[in-house]
Amino acid sequence: MAGRLSWPVAVAAGIALAVLVLPPAALVLRAPWADLPELLARESVIQALVLSFATATLATAICLVLGVPLAALLARAADWPTLPRRVLRAAVTVPLVLPPVVGGIAMLLLLGRRGPIGRLLEEWFGVTVPFTTGAVVLAQVFVSLPFLVFAVEGALRSADRRTELAAATLGASRWQVFRFVTLPLVAPGVAAGAVLCFTRALGEFGATITFAGSLPGVTRTLPIASYLAMQSDPDEAIALALLLLAVSVIVLLGLRDRWLPGVRA
Amino acid sequence: MRRMPPATAPTATRTPRRHLAVAAGILAFATASALTGCASTGASSAASSTGRADVAPTTVTVFAAASLTEAFDTLAAQFEAEHPNVDVVLSYGGSAALAQQVVEGAPVDVFASAAEPPMQAVADAGLAVDPVVFATNTLELAVPAGNPAGITGLDDLANPDLRIALCDPSVPCGAASAELLARQGVGAAPDTLESDVKAVLTKVSLGEVDAALVYRTDVPAAGGEVEGIEVPGAASVVNRYPIAALSEADDAAAADDFVAFVTGPTGREVLADAGFGAP
Repeated sequence: MAGRLSWPVAVAAGIALAVLVLPPAALVLRAPWADLPELLARESVIQALVLSFATATLATAICLVLGVPLAALLARAADWPTLPRRVLRAAVTVPLVLPPVVGGIAMLLLLGRRGPIGRLLEEWFGVTVPFTTGAVVLAQVFVSLPFLVFAVEGALRSADRRTELAAATLGASRWQVFRFVTLPLVAPGVAAGAVLCFTRALGEFGATITFAGSLPGVTRTLPIASYLAMQSDPDEAIALALLLLAVSVIVLLGLRDRWLPGVRA
Repeated sequence: MRRMPPATAPTATRTPRRHLAVAAGILAFATASALTGCASTGASSAASSTGRADVAPTTVTVFAAASLTEAFDTLAAQFEAEHPNVDVVLSYGGSAALAQQVVEGAPVDVFASAAEPPMQAVADAGLAVDPVVFATNTLELAVPAGNPAGITGLDDLANPDLRIALCDPSVPCGAASAELLARQGVGAAPDTLESDVKAVLTKVSLGEVDAALVYRTDVPAAGGEVEGIEVPGAASVVNRYPIAALSEADDAAAADDFVAFVTGPTGREVLADAGFGAP
């Protein structure tokens, strides 16, 4: 294979790879390795780490519960007329292409104290959403849900429909077919989607800082802590960034062979 | 200054080479002028020979503290009117973040900070030429129009039931807020610590928080959506705003002109109108 690529393609591919790899490499090179244990043991860092893991885990769980059914709907929509099918697909895609800050502004306008839903929540239940850990999770769900939905939808579409039909003819209810036939079939897709979803939630910044604000231990996640530290203590910012990078790489490497689409054995 | 190599050129495939070459050229020019902030004489005078051939057009890129937004927008427009060949490009943000970007090599000609420490960081890197203090500012309580939560003073910031926004202590408005609160003996219960004062102000004007500490100049800047409440002791915590042309400015003369304009009579007047104190 290697000899087949013409040189312009090889050069372009090399540049592309450099664009992707060099910035994280610079981060690793510039990292204050000697001070790293001290930096990572700081209370502010641990607080952000715990908060980030807790919220990203919760966001992933919510995405699984809500995203798998949405993926099923999306896979079904293949038989729909063109317009509603495209509208549905666009609705799921928008958070993927929208700048997260825009998502944050939109959520603030919907769920903020003066937003149509936020106002009712406050009137009826005395609940305000912005500036809470719940707002962090909501922001993460908003940006990471499409990753899960599309991964699962892809798996659903490529799954063999005949096994489902067979189960149905043998008397399984719709729920039983979904639970015992469809879900196991698409499990790799679900796992891949959950991994992408988790890493995206962990890295979420723009929607979070706009919608949830930034308070240590409550809404200041790792990316926000890293951004703020860059202004006062770059070494701490780099340490935090390194932590995020390490988590993402470990998660992706650990699961790649088994779950990521395209490399299924 | 720095220029990006036309990295796209080697990727050209055989057939549409001319288009790609043109595109690469445009891209190289666009990135070069965007990155260096310099419509450098040779290339651009050929491209834009639309009159004013007497003076070569030039660009002054200014990084300014978020709290200067309205005043510097006005000043830049007036400066451009007086210097038709100069295009002033403004970028606003938290002073600390801007200082960090300058130190990391952002192509900036003038830096105006909301406090002295960020400017000191730039000076320590050997990049700021003789910073001068050109304005001062103090803090004020900001509440949404109509003051729905009935805020009366600094003590309300300690009420955990109210939604409170402050600047993060790592940025000048946050440092000033922390000092003021400490001096007045108020243990604030903030719900969010924002990275610049305009972000705090936005939370107030949207009505998402009940009260916040901002610069007194920010209150009129927010139009009718925010009301200010003067607080005792505010006069004792004064932020001093330094400005400096940067040693790596592309057009040092134009950068110096802009600094002189801001520190001169017109600058004083515009800044005073915006509520800034004299240095």
